[in-house]
Amino acid sequence: MYEGVVQDLIDELGRLPGVGPKSAQRIAFHILAADPTDVLRLADALREVKEKVRFCSICGNVAEEPECRICRDPRRDHSVLCVVEEPKDVVAIEKTREFKGRYHVLGGAISPIEGIGPDDLRIRELMVRLADSGIVEVILATDPNLEGEATATYLARLIAPIGIAVSRLASGLPVGGDLEYADEVTLGRAFEGRRRV
Amino acid sequence: MWVSQLALTDFRSYPDVFVDLGPGVTTFVGRNGQGKTNLVEAIGYVATLGSHRVATDAPLVRFGTEQAFIRCTVESHDRQTLVEIAILAGRANQARINRSVAARVRDVLGILRIVVFAPEDLSLVKGDPADRRAFLDGLLVQRVPRLAGTRADLERILRQRNALLKSARAARRSDVEHLDSTLQIWNEQLATAGAELIAARQSLLSDLQGPAVANYAYVAQDEQAVLALTYQSSLTGALGEQVPVGSSSRDDWRQALLDAMAHVRRDELDRGVTLVGPHRDDVLLELGPVPAKGYASHGESWSIALALRLASFDVLRADGEDPVLILDDVFAELDSARRQRLAQRLQEATQVLITAAVDADIPDELLGSRFRVDAGKVSHDR
Ligand SMILES: Nc1ncnc2c1ncn2[C@@H]1O[C@H](COP(=O)(O)OP(=O)(O)OP(=O)(O)O)[C@@H](O)[C@H]1O
Ligand SMILES: [Mg+2]
Ligand SMILES: [Zn+2]
Repeated sequence: MYEGVVQDLIDELGRLPGVGPKSAQRIAFHILAADPTDVLRLADALREVKEKVRFCSICGNVAEEPECRICRDPRRDHSVLCVVEEPKDVVAIEKTREFKGRYHVLGGAISPIEGIGPDDLRIRELMVRLADSGIVEVILATDPNLEGEATATYLARLIAPIGIAVSRLASGLPVGGDLEYADEVTLGRAFEGRRRV
Repeated sequence: MWVSQLALTDFRSYPDVFVDLGPGVTTFVGRNGQGKTNLVEAIGYVATLGSHRVATDAPLVRFGTEQAFIRCTVESHDRQTLVEIAILAGRANQARINRSVAARVRDVLGILRIVVFAPEDLSLVKGDPADRRAFLDGLLVQRVPRLAGTRADLERILRQRNALLKSARAARRSDVEHLDSTLQIWNEQLATAGAELIAARQSLLSDLQGPAVANYAYVAQDEQAVLALTYQSSLTGALGEQVPVGSSSRDDWRQALLDAMAHVRRDELDRGVTLVGPHRDDVLLELGPVPAKGYASHGESWSIALALRLASFDVLRADGEDPVLILDDVFAELDSARRQRLAQRLQEATQVLITAAVDADIPDELLGSRFRVDAGKVSHDR
């Protein structure tokens, strides 16, 4: 254990995803030794992102306005909705230029190990969107791993009774991986070849 | 197939070692604790991505260092493959195949096939069901590398499903119905992956049966005693006669798994663990009408263990190429009659790697090419 504020910093860093106690310590001492201007720039970036960036009230993507750039864009097709786990997946799919519709960001995938159930995802918001807009197709683009599949299956069963077409990205995506790691060509092809579920 | 070169860096006790190997028999001899097993363990790792001694990777990395490297050249028919694996304690390992980076470490499975005989083999007979599952699955993954993915998925599905069952136990009664809809999804995933593994185990077991009987009769020199291998399904308690015993149809097992999960639903919710599935199955070994576990003598138990390993050799060989046979300190465990008969069978194999503390442990006909291992130095004995 270190003195007060140093330990506080280590504890805070240790709460970040993917940062274990050892790395937290290493980062903390790096910060202690670093040039003050560099550290203040990091602090500013952290503060600014929390002040300026919020989540789009419609789709849950990151946005600097109440609604994100994509939801505000009148040229986007309102009849197709692509459901993804995280904002980074929106970025990955946008890069393919294959998809012209709008998104819905769940904020994760069903994962009992992490205590994440359907209620912890933006599923209620999704159902509200489906109930009153002219959406005719929902594309489930959750990650091609067990949790992503479980989430897609759950959503497909929830949406089926409403009578909206549901499709899942075609296979060919690296199984077990993250959507964001799929290259643009593969991801684009997965969109084209999506199958009804 | 055979291993022609092995180079290790910071693997176990070795800062750096390089060994040239040839086909036929090679023996590594040296006093206890000099690093003989460490060498063959590294070759085993290339074939199975695991150790025959420990369940985790951490002990494989030389104490005080961060990563271990294994470089291994495998000769197969007219093809030569260089496999390189970096074992990074705590982080994901990396692999290269013929100098190009493998997308997943798992891609090296299937390049080198081995059968390891070790003193621990007695646990195939006397140990827990987990030891016999590990035997089946280890052999399966070498034959069908894709199943390594299925096994990894299953492990993850079980963790997810158990976490959900535990949370269901803690939840209020009104939430249980809601939990059911997600539980159903994990049930289906478990049924799909579980059925694939069980069906594959069943067909492996039926391939093993004949060779196991023949090898037992040979090793034990006992034509009367018949060794039988029977799959013991964890579904029997729930489904009784409905279990598709002996079936290698995935559809049969998928349906059976779903039925069994429905049957034990209340128990699972009470206990918060998954009670049916391939993770609870076993293989019953019997000599004639008598179960081996708890009944077989020490000598009989060794004969059974050797018969299972030799049967593995026969099954892999039937796929087209001899696996590399590794015998880690086994001769010291056997009486002279079993030694002779084992030695006899080993002479057929393309490559056999043997470790022993003293020359006297190794049957004369197997001395082959010999290395001395002393304090981490591996030198050719001429
Ligand atoms: N991760 C590690 N780092 C450093 N040394 C290790 C590591 N793991 C094992 N060792 C050392 O390696 C030695 C054991 O080597 P090994 O098991 O190959 O012996 P052996 O020659 O097979 O002996 P025996 O005849 O008793 O079976 C031990 O001295 C052990 O301390
Ligand atoms: Mg040893
Ligand atoms: Zn939006």
